[in-house]
Amino acid sequence: MNQEESMEILGEISKQLQLGDNEQVKELTIKAIDANINPKIILDNGLIAGMNIIGIQFRNHEIFLPEVLMAAKAMYAGLDLLKPLFIKDEIPSSGKIVIGTVKGDLHDLGKNLVGIMLKGAGFEVIDLGKDVSPENFVDTALKENAKVIGMSALLTTTMPSMKKVIDILETKNLKGKIKTIIGGAPITESYAKEIGADSYAYDASISVERVKYLMEL
Amino acid sequence: MQPILEKLNSGKVLVADGAMGTMLFNKGLSSGNCPELFNLTHPQLISEIASEYLIAGADIIQTNTFGGSRLKLKNYNLDIDTDRINRIGVELAKKAVQSSAYVSASCGPSGELLKPYGSISENEMFDNYCEQTSSLIQNGADIICIETMTDLNEAVIAVKAAKTISPSIPVISTMTFDKTPKGFYTIMGDDIAKACKKLINAGADIVGSNCGHGIENMIEIAREFKKHSCKPIIIQSNAGIPVYHQDNLIYPETPEYFREKIKSLIEVGVSIIGGC
Repeated sequence: MNQEESMEILGEISKQLQLGDNEQVKELTIKAIDANINPKIILDNGLIAGMNIIGIQFRNHEIFLPEVLMAAKAMYAGLDLLKPLFIKDEIPSSGKIVIGTVKGDLHDLGKNLVGIMLKGAGFEVIDLGKDVSPENFVDTALKENAKVIGMSALLTTTMPSMKKVIDILETKNLKGKIKTIIGGAPITESYAKEIGADSYAYDASISVERVKYLMEL
Repeated sequence: MQPILEKLNSGKVLVADGAMGTMLFNKGLSSGNCPELFNLTHPQLISEIASEYLIAGADIIQTNTFGGSRLKLKNYNLDIDTDRINRIGVELAKKAVQSSAYVSASCGPSGELLKPYGSISENEMFDNYCEQTSSLIQNGADIICIETMTDLNEAVIAVKAAKTISPSIPVISTMTFDKTPKGFYTIMGDDIAKACKKLINAGADIVGSNCGHGIENMIEIAREFKKHSCKPIIIQSNAGIPVYHQDNLIYPETPEYFREKIKSLIEVGVSIIGGC
């Protein structure tokens, strides 16, 4: 297969992913693997490229949640086929992040969306789910050697739990080593500053840029 | 009491109460617990909140049953108490207001996504709301309020469930919209025109919006509803995005600011105005 044909398959993977067609993405990923295209290239120029466009369109309100969720399903379908091709522990990753909805809060739609976008951008995401205790955030980040903790809250009454995580990091002298980013409907940039979070993301697609920035520091 | 729809059709503007969550918080009930469990553990506080809203002048008092559907309660392993939580929720509000206000029984989102995006089938969702609304209606709720919905399909199913349990119960249906450059949309991509059409077709008697990003947006939202709805409109706004000040969360929009904006809501033709 020549360069041009490879490019064409990868472009088609990205396109079908954006359409949320997981069967097509599966088929095309298999075709790309069979054509000996490097799995890392399939990941970057096919799946991640497609999710990147989905993220931008979602931010611009050109598409809505249903389209994102279907694209994510297609991304996972492709990812599952690629994973076995990477040598263990060498799955390419832009970095590790622990995410969750804070203690007392059961709203995980936004957090899940952030997870999808971060995975779609090539990050390794450890999702602790909802109602996550401050200790669990910090312990998991330490155990997994994650560089960033991402916290989400929808309820104004659960927001203070974010500060607890930052307090624990400070007490353990980990602030700066493990960065924090927060988001959710009632969260603002000024709240993030107030409690000493390293970053704030207005929405899921912006979280990707912000986490990239935190990882590089 | 005069039936609420009759009252609204005669041109009366009614006042609904405000938020439940912040009131619970102010009374020292900690976050992290299931707020609906307080119906069982702190019934006197729930009645107190209802009485306070009544004294403040509300014509409509909401029950503390927002997260009282089986799917939602399951998160706290309280699904076995679904009937009890909803029954007592109505009883507490009714006892507090007697017959001086309408008791509006709150039904919030299930927290689950319908297939193919999530794992819940339409039938399961329908059963979820039939069970909750049945409990609320049997125990004497005057109104069913399906609120804070972000998925139009789920809202439609909930409205149909309430009307299946009781075709005569007045049903309010409110959704939460985000402002986009193309207008107001739910996160699932439905606009106000479509929401009006589908909710009213499903049987909603009163439609509108709640929660949101402050009352200024709500005036625009109300205008959109007025364009597309033949039914009375309800707006229950929150007081903006809270700001953090000296370890306290403060909602930026003051009662004075709210009062000014409420004039605009009335001018637009909103029939029920409340907080959230």
